Amino acid sequence: GSTLVVAEHEGGVIKPNSLSALAAATCLPDRDSSVSLLLAGSGPSLHQAASHAASCHPSISQVLVADSDKFKNPLAEPWAKLVHLVQQIGGYSHIISASNSFGKNVMPRVAALLDVSPITDVTAISDSHTFVRPIYAGNALCTVRYTGANPCILTVRSTSFPVPQKVDSKSNEASISQVDLSTFNEDLGKSTYISQTSQDDERPDLGNARVVVTGGRALKSAENFKLIENLSKKLAGAVGATRAAVDAGFVPNDLQVGQTGKIVAPELYMAFGVSGAIQHLAGMRDSKVIVAVNNDADAPIFQVADYGLVGDLFEVIPELLEKLPEKK
Amino acid sequence: MKIMVAIKRVVDYAVKIRVKPDKTGVVTENVKMSMNPFCEIALEEALRMRESGFASEVVAVTMGPSQSVDTLRTGLAMGADRGIHVEFASSLYPLSVAKILKKLVQIEKPHLLILGKQAIDDDCNQTGQMTAGLLNWPQGTFASKVVLDKEKQIATVDREVDDGIETVRLNLPAVITTDLRLNQPRYATLPNIMKAKSKPIKKFTPEELNVEIKSDMEIVQVTEPPKRKAGVILSSVDELIDKLKHEANVI
Repeated sequence: GSTLVVAEHEGGVIKPNSLSALAAATCLPDRDSSVSLLLAGSGPSLHQAASHAASCHPSISQVLVADSDKFKNPLAEPWAKLVHLVQQIGGYSHIISASNSFGKNVMPRVAALLDVSPITDVTAISDSHTFVRPIYAGNALCTVRYTGANPCILTVRSTSFPVPQKVDSKSNEASISQVDLSTFNEDLGKSTYISQTSQDDERPDLGNARVVVTGGRALKSAENFKLIENLSKKLAGAVGATRAAVDAGFVPNDLQVGQTGKIVAPELYMAFGVSGAIQHLAGMRDSKVIVAVNNDADAPIFQVADYGLVGDLFEVIPELLEKLPEKK
Repeated sequence: MKIMVAIKRVVDYAVKIRVKPDKTGVVTENVKMSMNPFCEIALEEALRMRESGFASEVVAVTMGPSQSVDTLRTGLAMGADRGIHVEFASSLYPLSVAKILKKLVQIEKPHLLILGKQAIDDDCNQTGQMTAGLLNWPQGTFASKVVLDKEKQIATVDREVDDGIETVRLNLPAVITTDLRLNQPRYATLPNIMKAKSKPIKKFTPEELNVEIKSDMEIVQVTEPPKRKAGVILSSVDELIDKLKHEANVI
């Protein structure tokens, strides 16, 4: 079989989530499989990203570049048509993308155009057509077998497929070829990209951080939430939040951890004033070490915590800030 | 102008689910079932659009076994004008749901199709995108704000994406899928529950709609996730720091 990885790039490099999708592609047990990576967009950063892709991992045999303004923004309509076109040319057995907001938006639409069922949010690959994905907010794991025609379309959770180690493979650089867009006829204008309001870029990315410090409703205000931010800074970590904290306006939506927010699996997850609703646990239950601080000893979060502390977070956090060693 | 909303009956969000011992699925017998929370938000948004004069009719659609009608009645009690029930004995994969929705859209000709972004049972997050693809309609997924321009037939949608909020403009007709913060759904009041009993529900089967339910996927097994080993309750911040340093080695 041959696999197509639908990748995103930023600042001339492949995004970490897409490298996780590549890692998943290399998990497909097929000895003579080849991996092609699709990049799209326009301008010099696209071509920088293409050279980065060509030498970033030995498993990539080909980099396909779709150079057009139509792909400058991550709109589902042109992107789905593009992947459909590339599939018609390449006849891949698998198409893989990250299960992030881009992959979730685009890949099911691709699958519909190809008349196949996509398998989203894959956390393990058993064999070339058998996959594990969480259901019911991670309270059950479902093993599904894809029995349909090619391609088998997957989106994969980045926390389950670690980014492959940097390999110096200058010697076996993949070929870079342009996607022939002469037959690409997307009726433009049905959807238009207007803007993206990005949040604070200074913070480490929540999805990839080694430490995540999360606050819940008990923080009571945006002002108090600075305690969580200060602690995360001290630990060189990222800030997370529960749905309740986001709904209450303490922090923006992109910090929400849970079933419908971000899925994280850091080495250390510290939850302050988080009750531990199943929807929240779904987003962090795979963390290596979980710490919970809550004044309610019966809070469900303590059932998943490695270390629990029953107490007032407004006393515990300042004490932690004072006593934790400074991060180099 | 008409809005169609797709709603799904699922195990209630507050139920702690149990995996069946034979690993064929989760226990749904004698378990509280409710409308998928994201579908409630989708329906609420459609009702507000009707109340603001943008639309004149809201049609709620559901698929599944006969009990799905209960969920449809809840939708009618919330305020949908009428319902459509596509009866099918077993569960349907999103591709089949999308094909059925496409047929219903061709029959009803709504200007907007609104769905929840995902169902909290299978957590697929696929149906809206797939239906939009089959219809060749633009899609605004994971919506946290929708502004409609009736004159220009445009929907401006704020989308919750990984690094913030993305805004897209869609020419109608379009598909919108709803995220949590789009609105706060209303409760059905008792008088409205009574009124809903007489609202019309049209029934179809997939065959009548000429949709072939093909299955290109099978469930091999459903298992419980690995349990985390029991943790410990500590007595002080000093103890916590000591454990993190010397036992867990994470700081």
